[in-house]
Amino acid sequence: MMLAGYAVGAAKGFIYIRGEYALSIERLEKAITQARLYGLLGENILESGFSFDLAVMKGAGAYVCGEETALIESLEGKRGHPRNKPPYPVTEGLWGKPTVVNNVETLANVPEIIRNGAAWYRGYGTDKCPGTKVYTIIGNVATPGLIEAEMGTTLRDIIYEYAGGIKEGKKFKGALVGGAAGAFMGPEMLDAKMDFVNLKEYAAVLGSGAILVMDESTDIVGMLQSVLHFFKHESCGHCVPCRLGTKQLVEIVDRIAGGKGKVEDIESLVKISEVMRDTSFCPLGQSLNLPISSSLKYFRDEVYGRVQQPA
Amino acid sequence: MIKATINNVEIEAPEGTSILWAAKKAGFTIPTLCNHPDLKPGGQCGICVVEIEGIPGLKRACMTPVGEGFKVKTHTPRIMATRRQLVELILSNHDTDCLTCVKNNNCELQQLASIVGINVHDYSRSGERLPIDRSSVSIVRDPNKCILCGRCIQVCSNVQTVDALAVNHRGFDTVITTAFDAGLGNSVCINCGQCVVHCPVGALYEKSATEEVWEALHDPDKFVVVQEAPAVRVMLGEEFGMPTGSLVSGKMHAALRRLGFDAVLETNFTADLTIMEEGTELIDRLTSGRNLPLITSCSPGWIKFMETYFHDMIPHMSTAKSPQQMFGALAKTYYAEVKGIDPGKIVSVSIMPCTAKKFECQRPEMNASGYQDVDYVLTTREIGRMMREAGLDVKEMPDEPPDDILGDYTGAATIFGATGGVMEAAVRSAYRLVTGKELENVEIKPVRGLQGIKEAEIDIDGTRVKVAVAHSCGQARKLLNKVQDQIAKEGKSEYQFIEVMACPGGCVGGGGQSWGSNMAKRARRGESLYEEDRSLPLRRSHENPSVLALYEKFLEKPNSEKAHKLLHTHYYKRSTVDGKIKPAS
Ligand SMILES: Cc1cc2nc3c(=O)[nH]c(=O)nc-3n(C[C@H](O)[C@H](O)[C@H](O)COP(=O)(O)O)c2cc1C
Ligand code: SF4
Ligand code: SF4
Ligand code: SF4
Ligand code: SF4
Repeated sequence: MMLAGYAVGAAKGFIYIRGEYALSIERLEKAITQARLYGLLGENILESGFSFDLAVMKGAGAYVCGEETALIESLEGKRGHPRNKPPYPVTEGLWGKPTVVNNVETLANVPEIIRNGAAWYRGYGTDKCPGTKVYTIIGNVATPGLIEAEMGTTLRDIIYEYAGGIKEGKKFKGALVGGAAGAFMGPEMLDAKMDFVNLKEYAAVLGSGAILVMDESTDIVGMLQSVLHFFKHESCGHCVPCRLGTKQLVEIVDRIAGGKGKVEDIESLVKISEVMRDTSFCPLGQSLNLPISSSLKYFRDEVYGRVQQPA
Repeated sequence: MIKATINNVEIEAPEGTSILWAAKKAGFTIPTLCNHPDLKPGGQCGICVVEIEGIPGLKRACMTPVGEGFKVKTHTPRIMATRRQLVELILSNHDTDCLTCVKNNNCELQQLASIVGINVHDYSRSGERLPIDRSSVSIVRDPNKCILCGRCIQVCSNVQTVDALAVNHRGFDTVITTAFDAGLGNSVCINCGQCVVHCPVGALYEKSATEEVWEALHDPDKFVVVQEAPAVRVMLGEEFGMPTGSLVSGKMHAALRRLGFDAVLETNFTADLTIMEEGTELIDRLTSGRNLPLITSCSPGWIKFMETYFHDMIPHMSTAKSPQQMFGALAKTYYAEVKGIDPGKIVSVSIMPCTAKKFECQRPEMNASGYQDVDYVLTTREIGRMMREAGLDVKEMPDEPPDDILGDYTGAATIFGATGGVMEAAVRSAYRLVTGKELENVEIKPVRGLQGIKEAEIDIDGTRVKVAVAHSCGQARKLLNKVQDQIAKEGKSEYQFIEVMACPGGCVGGGGQSWGSNMAKRARRGESLYEEDRSLPLRRSHENPSVLALYEKFLEKPNSEKAHKLLHTHYYKRSTVDGKIKPAS
């Protein structure tokens, strides 16, 4: 962050972190205190003439506060509502000042690149998408956890090489890649190269790098149900499509899961999520179409099999 | 200038123009719901989405500036289907009982549903019924009608700087509410009704007194008197489809008489009286040099705002009551005495452009006559409804004068309804009071119009008086911060006299005006008031023969002891948490 601050000429950096993550906060604060003690933070760092300081800001845990403009509102002490863009944070951000918002992973890459050079970094990954990616692997795998892999590693390698394969020797059914707002993938995607550019071609995303692995016993409608409930819970309520769309989506998916759904209900899921994609105010509401459309792409028969068949 | 096309129509627009306004230029009105011409777009509803060639997805027209070479489409099949879906989603969580809704026929959601062609309810109705907030004496809030467009919050927080309303909870549970959910009546709300006139639907409306007034009108034992505020005569016509700002003083008197009021009198009469009292106060302060600037007190929204956020300015406030309350005190004393009517049988009704007047008439100290001075306040909208119910159409009425002893008025009184009007009227009479001579050119143009804070320096026969005028509480806050600053730093302010009106535009922009308000309409109504002023034979308050008679027969002279008892008041400190009076410490 200091390097980023130096690059953009900032004197102050904020680390925004969920209030629930007590251990992380404690460690960060300790590190910052130590850095100050060693003169690595504060006025005139190591006699360089450059001054920079850090503060840890605790959020109340709303998912939408990860969206950069909602994050800024929250930092300013307001409700975590996204702002209209433009102006982007780089022109008008925190307290109206130019602000750069970065992910931890992005910032963590910077010192190594500076130390070893860009060519070294480009040596990893693919041509179009060099470097590495951090993944959080969860779900029905033998060894869930955090890994860092080269860009372009296949889903198969990630699951079977890094995460020890599917738990209890069961069969792979699919994965939800890129977090709650990511895309479902079926077995036909196991050999797809995982990087930002390549996944775009499959209408999927790497997003946060979270990979939720599902074994053969997983109920896809149940998965969809938990994704939609999550979004209904996390919608900030600012805009019509997301506030009211998520509510309708939850009602519909609950109906399908309860065996009372109809074919038209599946069509409504698609229709509403498309309106949300096109008209939601921020990426939270816009992104919900992806899990819905991808679940139907890879698990169409299963979802249709769960609704009452027309007589 | 930026060149673009809207549905193949070429347009030119200054840089920064939103697609919404650019489309208007091309002749296309893009439907909206949350957008309001006087407020910043918030992007809540998404109804105004358009397609721009080469840019993926849909864009909100209200907050997307038109760019060079943009090819915009405003009603493709995709856009029309999307709009319909959005309106259906809104209706899925809306109490759509239009027939019982105060906004029926005047509702932006109703119009939108008809424009986009909603003919089925695709989505299940969801959400429980929420309690209606009836805690305020002025305003009712029905969250079941609220579409969360955010206009009320924007006007209350940004324009008025009152901050009575805020968003609470999130997602589907999002509601607009007051601090601690205590209700508007237990909040810092100043009852100005700006939220009401900006609400697109029936979620905010006045607490109606029409039933009580009908009852009084039908009670043969009661003598029902009515007064009408200056601004009402340039608003009431709109209730009957007349062009904005139509001046209907005479027709208004006729319609009220036909509705059954026993005496049709005038708030304008007591507006002239206010000038006599306040003008005298001004001269006293100028002479003594104490508690300057003098600040006007006829706007009850402003009074509550001052009591809450600026109570250290109380010594600067004029103690003169508002014209409505002066009228109330006189109706049940002087009028009753002269006309030989038992004041206990008088029901005093006022027709106001204002919701805060409902609060004002119920303030416990407003009983100088020994009774509640003003019994019921009706907004322009309410009296319009009553007249329609009685089959009266203001358009068709003859011109009739008001009734006697509290009915005459001058041009100075009528301009009270526009921002700057009280100031102008006061100067016309103060000049006479100080110099003994008449001010020849009575029109004081620098204090007219809708710009934020207006200033003027007036030469009263060698004495230079610096005045300032603020309309909207946000502007008042700015002005008073400056005054406080000057007093703290230099011991005195550059101003000697300040007029404040709580509502943008003054009373012509009040919370009781017809639905569908905007600044352009407020301006037009103001112009009509200045037009009536020009047309009247008398234009200075101290020339009002009935006011002079009142002093001669009853009050003796301005600021006399009797005048003080009936026509002056005092103020309280209020809490910034719940707006309640703080016990004197
Ligand atoms: C709904 C939503 C939630 C988000 N949550 C996070 C988050 O928890 N952590 C994070 O680093 N970025 C999150 N983001 C992305 C950030 O807004 C931002 O784009 C990113 O941190 C920019 O960093 P980068 O350019 O370095 O990747 C979220 C975005 C959205 C739309
Ligand atoms: S899409 Fe709308 S309601 Fe949903 S989180 Fe974003 S701004 Fe809030
Ligand atoms: S707010 Fe509008 S749409 Fe809703 S019930 Fe009232 S009139 Fe009908
Ligand atoms: S009446 Fe005025 S002060 Fe009260 S909530 Fe509405 S805008 Fe705010
Ligand atoms: S009360 Fe009216 S103005 Fe306020 S958010 Fe609801 S619909 Fe909009």
